[in-house]
Amino acid sequence: MTEHKCVLDTCRHLEQKGFSVTYLPVQKNGIIDLETLKEAFTDETLLVSIMAVNNEIGVIQPLREIGALCRERNVFFHTDAAQAVGKIPLDVNEMNIDLLSISGHKMYGPMGIGALYVRRKPRVRLTAQINGGGQERGMRSGTLSPALCVGLGEACALSQEKMSQESARIRYYAHLFCKKIMEELPEVYLNGDSDKRIPGNLNLSFAHVEGEGLMMAIKNLCVSSGSACTSASLEPSYVLRALGVSEELAHTSLRIGIGRFTKKEEVESAAAQIITAVNKLRDMSPLWEMAQAGVDVSSIDWASH
Amino acid sequence: MAYNKKVIDHYENPRNVGSFENGEKNVGTGLVGAPSCGDVMKLQIKVNSQGLITDAKFKTFGCGSAIASSSLVTEKFKGKTLKEAESIAIVILQANLNCPR
Ligand SMILES: Cc1ncc(COP(=O)(O)O)c(C=O)c1O
Repeated sequence: MTEHKCVLDTCRHLEQKGFSVTYLPVQKNGIIDLETLKEAFTDETLLVSIMAVNNEIGVIQPLREIGALCRERNVFFHTDAAQAVGKIPLDVNEMNIDLLSISGHKMYGPMGIGALYVRRKPRVRLTAQINGGGQERGMRSGTLSPALCVGLGEACALSQEKMSQESARIRYYAHLFCKKIMEELPEVYLNGDSDKRIPGNLNLSFAHVEGEGLMMAIKNLCVSSGSACTSASLEPSYVLRALGVSEELAHTSLRIGIGRFTKKEEVESAAAQIITAVNKLRDMSPLWEMAQAGVDVSSIDWASH
Repeated sequence: MAYNKKVIDHYENPRNVGSFENGEKNVGTGLVGAPSCGDVMKLQIKVNSQGLITDAKFKTFGCGSAIASSSLVTEKFKGKTLKEAESIAIVILQANLNCPR
């Protein structure tokens, strides 16, 4: 279960209204197991919702296969494609996608607008999200902002035009970045499948260095950490937990994004800054010291607090 | 999160990072926290025959404020008696570093 909160929260809401929801696990690589999905269908299954690309680890789910399984069973297939549209080719017909969610600001478009693709054939009937004048085929009444709509459309057009070049460039940068990091630093782990992913989202665990502490050492870089020391809970990311990443390693993870406007020098400089910071913090880490001395840190009976 | 100046200073220029040699005499070691919770602190003190802390060192796995408070505590410990050190309670640390509570 690695869905974004926007889907999880919606599921909770549906459960409160009496629907039953089955939450499926993912494999260690973050990808859904199609056999598990097959077994989860019941006679009552109405809809399957599986995200296209995960926002924390960048893995791509097998949309085509999921779509085929759903269509065979006459079950609707919704995909949260916020992180996928504009980054990977998507075809709602080939992939048998019945509903597809798009978020403007995740594809270099404006904030405040998104879109929901709703298949006409076979027809998906939705209850109105907003009642009123019947705009958007009655599903979402109220006048939309033309500026935002145009912005979203333009963002889509630009993404389509740039997609193949852009993803090749980002893939190359991600390769440079990982190569440099992996060559210079031992015990760094990529979370999520290494192939089935968009290249611009790298989630790395730097063993024995806590993520928040690491972020503070690379103040010039805008990255996020998978640990949640600054948030209300001490729990690390539920996405990493779903992959079976140990809590300890989850606390050492950074999510690094490479995008349309990232320059090669920035990628190189980011790698260099991270390497320096990790080395410095490992020198200060009692866990690194113990690991170097051959102590198995996970074998210690820590008093959790 | 906005850290105050003192935290940033101790984080960026941590004092007394390290470990005493294995087997060194009159050294006491404490290890607290848990990797699964995101912080582990190792604190060592060296105590002379009068019960004075002559040196202190730390290593910490944790966020910026965990590292900064470890650094600060080693500074505060030096020259203190064991009793005095005991009274350097977490409250004092928080007041010094304005840690979020
Ligand atoms: C996978 C995924 N789904 C949904 C969203 C939510 O998009 P929005 O904030 O436009 O509702 C995001 C971004 O936050 C996302 O990454």
